[in-house]
Amino acid sequence: MADTRAPAKRPLSPHLQIYRLPLTMLMSGLHRISGFVLYFGTLLLAWWLLAAASGPNAYSKFEWFSGSIIGQLVLLGYTWALIHHMLGGLRHLIWDTGRGFGEQEREWLAAATIIGSLALTIIVAAISYLAMGGSR
Amino acid sequence: MSDIAPKHFRTPLARVRGRGAAKSGTEDFWLQRVTSVAGIPLTIMAIVIGMLLLGRNQAAVAQILGSPFVAVFMLLFILCTVFHMKIGMQEIIVDYVPDESMKLTLLLANTFYCWAVGLIAAFAILKMSFGV
Repeated sequence: MADTRAPAKRPLSPHLQIYRLPLTMLMSGLHRISGFVLYFGTLLLAWWLLAAASGPNAYSKFEWFSGSIIGQLVLLGYTWALIHHMLGGLRHLIWDTGRGFGEQEREWLAAATIIGSLALTIIVAAISYLAMGGSR
Repeated sequence: MSDIAPKHFRTPLARVRGRGAAKSGTEDFWLQRVTSVAGIPLTIMAIVIGMLLLGRNQAAVAQILGSPFVAVFMLLFILCTVFHMKIGMQEIIVDYVPDESMKLTLLLANTFYCWAVGLIAAFAILKMSFGV
């Protein structure tokens, strides 16, 4: 494949730094970034499950992490990434049916994705905080 | 290259640059849709289960995660997630890594990572479920 790299004589399209950042573009990027983050977050899920399966000592190590400030921030980030990626995926599924590409529709969908993910994350975090007695 | 007519912008098939090509196409596309449809209810369930287990001690967590209903939901969530994230990361790799050997190395690492994480999580759930 070495000699297949010759650049074709094609017109170049303007790239990222040329455009202002429309919300739809930002959401497209966030979908990929949240997926990328979740990829490593799954390791956290595996750790939690393995710790619960292993016994009290292993579980207390996980709880030490999840109760720390960094652990709380990581869990909050993971929750947001998960919810955001789920809503972004829902948007992609709507697009897969051929709907939602109109000028207003796609802006509306992009706004709904970010507002929805932030709102749901705040709700989940608030319930979790209250369920923990507000202590952590 | 000079034999290409200047106003002919289509990339000749014989000269495509060899990007992309993780050696599978529509199968991955479809599986990514299947796992995203399944992933929506499973993700909601997983978040609810996670919230219900907050602050409980290890014995209680293991008992609930090991109960048949919860265990099956968590296994489905794990399986769905692992297949979905393998294809997703594969897409990112073929998009951004033009170097052939680096690309293959990362694709291999991606496969190993996803299988390892998936198996660890699934094994843990089964262990809690069978109580051994």
